[in-house]
Amino acid sequence: MRTIAFTLNGAATRITVDETRMLLWVLRDDLGLTGTKFGCGEAVCGSCTVLVNNQAVRSCALPVGEIAGKQVLTIEGLAKDGALHPLQQAFVDHLGYQCGYCTPGMIMGAYALLLKNPQASRADIVRGMDEHLCRCGAHVRIVKAVETAASAMRGGAR
Amino acid sequence: MNRYDDLMEVPDGWGFVTSMDRREFLKLTATGLLVSVVVEPLLALRAEDAQGGRGGGYPSDPNAYVHIGADGRVTCFVGKIEMGQGTMTSLPQLVAEELNVALTAVDIVMGDTDVCPWDMGTYGSLSIRQFGPVLRLAAAEARATLTHLASERLQVPATDLVVENGTVRHRTDTTRSVTYGALTEGKRIERRIEGKPELEPARSYSVVGRTAARRDAVEKVTGKALFAGDIPRDGVLHARILRPPAHGATLQSADTSAAEALPGVRVVREGDLIAVLHPHWDEADKALALVKATFSPSPSTLDNANIFEHLEKTAPAGRTIREGGALADGEKLAATMFEQSFYNAYVAHAPMEPHSATATVEDGKVTVWASTQTPFPLKSQLANALSLPPEKVRVMTPYLGGGFGGKSASRQAIEAARLAVAVGKPVRVIWSREEEFFYDTFRPAAVSKVRSGIDTAGLITFWDYLVIGAGERGSEHIYAIPHHRTVTRGGWNANTPGLHPFAIGPWRAPAANSNAFARESHIDTMAAKAGIDPVDFRLKNLSDARMRRCLTEAAKTFGWTPRPGPSGRGWGVACGTDAGTYVCTMAEVKVNKATGEVRVVRVVTAQDMGLVVNPEGALQQMEGCVTMGLGYAFTEEVRFKNGEVLDKNFGSYELPRFSWVPVVENVLVPSDLPSQGAGEPAIVTIGAVIANAIFDGAGARVRHMPMTPARVKAAM
Repeated sequence: MRTIAFTLNGAATRITVDETRMLLWVLRDDLGLTGTKFGCGEAVCGSCTVLVNNQAVRSCALPVGEIAGKQVLTIEGLAKDGALHPLQQAFVDHLGYQCGYCTPGMIMGAYALLLKNPQASRADIVRGMDEHLCRCGAHVRIVKAVETAASAMRGGAR
Repeated sequence: MNRYDDLMEVPDGWGFVTSMDRREFLKLTATGLLVSVVVEPLLALRAEDAQGGRGGGYPSDPNAYVHIGADGRVTCFVGKIEMGQGTMTSLPQLVAEELNVALTAVDIVMGDTDVCPWDMGTYGSLSIRQFGPVLRLAAAEARATLTHLASERLQVPATDLVVENGTVRHRTDTTRSVTYGALTEGKRIERRIEGKPELEPARSYSVVGRTAARRDAVEKVTGKALFAGDIPRDGVLHARILRPPAHGATLQSADTSAAEALPGVRVVREGDLIAVLHPHWDEADKALALVKATFSPSPSTLDNANIFEHLEKTAPAGRTIREGGALADGEKLAATMFEQSFYNAYVAHAPMEPHSATATVEDGKVTVWASTQTPFPLKSQLANALSLPPEKVRVMTPYLGGGFGGKSASRQAIEAARLAVAVGKPVRVIWSREEEFFYDTFRPAAVSKVRSGIDTAGLITFWDYLVIGAGERGSEHIYAIPHHRTVTRGGWNANTPGLHPFAIGPWRAPAANSNAFARESHIDTMAAKAGIDPVDFRLKNLSDARMRRCLTEAAKTFGWTPRPGPSGRGWGVACGTDAGTYVCTMAEVKVNKATGEVRVVRVVTAQDMGLVVNPEGALQQMEGCVTMGLGYAFTEEVRFKNGEVLDKNFGSYELPRFSWVPVVENVLVPSDLPSQGAGEPAIVTIGAVIANAIFDGAGARVRHMPMTPARVKAAM
């Protein structure tokens, strides 16, 4: 057990946990943030994607000890001041989901992608999102949503 | 115009009432107008589901309720569930249309066995085509009742009244009006109607037929949408359950002492159920790994290599689904005869949300939030498993993270409930991906055998079709053939014990994918041999006007120009019907002849689904069908040996990805016919259209799905 201090969705957070536990379950079971989803447990589906220091990580495969001193952003922290982030708004506008289970991970993965490459082309988006699985087949609309959000973010939206 | 400009604006946080208990239901319905509808025998398709657990005899229980309160809000109570298909949005559209109220005034409560009327389950693309008319009937009755009340109140003959946005008013004298809410205020009015919903298809719609904003949008993009494994409960424990390594393996011994020694761990042993519980899923999982168990080996000797021979040998006797003319006569008329066999692998549902449930026991009543497509049948199963009277069991259905037929089976919910009773605390069961693959009710492996003949003019003279293992749906041919016979042996819902090495069940458009693959591949084979373009060949042999129209609409959008196959262009076509809907799909592929790899460039689907309630929702379903279909066409094949499911995660079982997705174009063929199914039809043609496009591009007829590079190469 170890006490780990980190920033969670902008708020200073301290937890005392077994540091070898995976971040996903600490978020869900210890911190009650169930927006981050369990899909495969082997970092192959992307449902559990969160940002650590602005990098997309698969929280099901990241020992919580590794987030000490870092900034963690989950889907719950993306909307600010009651307003949806442009990515969230674009997923709403383009109906970029069906069942919605992979959606938080999709949005966080896309956010990290656009932070790294604000000029992402359609091909960049397809390549960058390829490790995210969606079983409902919302892919076409997800790509459109990310393209729309990229353009909004370049235009000055957060 | 941007296609989204047509979205109807809705405020956030309205619409989906996720929870209402019996007391709140009684409070709500203590005043106002409550209409209940009993329909028979329309919804009595599965009488066995109706037995038990429902209190009061079926079918006198209602199938739908619609309530209108003094605030003018309309609440519909339905037994259906929302798994992404969007009926939490489209069903209220039907009610708003019939009642003539704003869509924003309609709430919906879904799949809660305490307050919603009994329903057999959400499957078969039935929610709109079969249940929609029931709900419309309730709303129409409500409107008639309210108009009658308004007539009394306003002292105006009902024929002089019109309804506008929830207000009944005089046709010409605008000072004489009364709102629905005011009419029900302080009253308790109940109407019960029985019979068949026979509604005139309306000619002018204002809500139906327009795209409505999805009601789940904001919750789903903010992470607030709750799924069965997310339901917060104080003191809830995760349960990880000991599983056999193979189907048919039985437990010999289990030593749980090392697991029990871990802090915070509880172990439950109850007959065949051995579970390790902890407040954290991962720590329960670690403890489960410490359980030392031995199992007897599975007696199964089946694997991917011998399964088809086994199916042919073991499947139940044939059942003739349809026949006409005499095959011997058709054979005499044939100038060329054909004989082919087609093979389909077992396919997993693989929803992104694994089977999950959260169960509580309070005051002797068990409540289970379950990812299930069948809350009412599950309630009966729970009552049986727990030896409880039905009124002591409640199933609630939060959002489902995909179903596709796989969540018609709800083993996890029974496990959670048994464990909650055992430990007296709330218990969560969230299956690992490995468990999800192990206990999935797979789409069955299947063999189809076709014999046929054509005359010198390219007309089909006979059709002799046998399908083993898949099932009946979609097995009937769709062409004008004078001499024909269709026989099925077994199927996803008609299997003898021991036929399959694990559970099988309904998979999006059950059986229809396998049947369409065989039929449309075979039709293409005939067309090529006759030297006729595959679209022309189909038109030549099709008399059904709806299918002909889908075919010509698809050809127009695709830009099809006739050329006999294989043309080298990599163009394919396939037709199919499912859930009352007609589809025609065309595709363009690029085949790498050196490696056998196939890339899909473009897929066009034309679909006649009758009246479309929510066009954008219907298009979403079609896109989903096309994309999901690429999986069973190219990669999805459950590997197994001696009862063990060798695929345990997405590392080896590959789902369609972003990089696979072609340009997808969908056409909704305008139709005045009643609404038909939307969730399944467009997937049935995908295997065949890809196979036909591969043939057209590389001259290789692949008769075994999935069409892996190795199989494509072997066929060249």
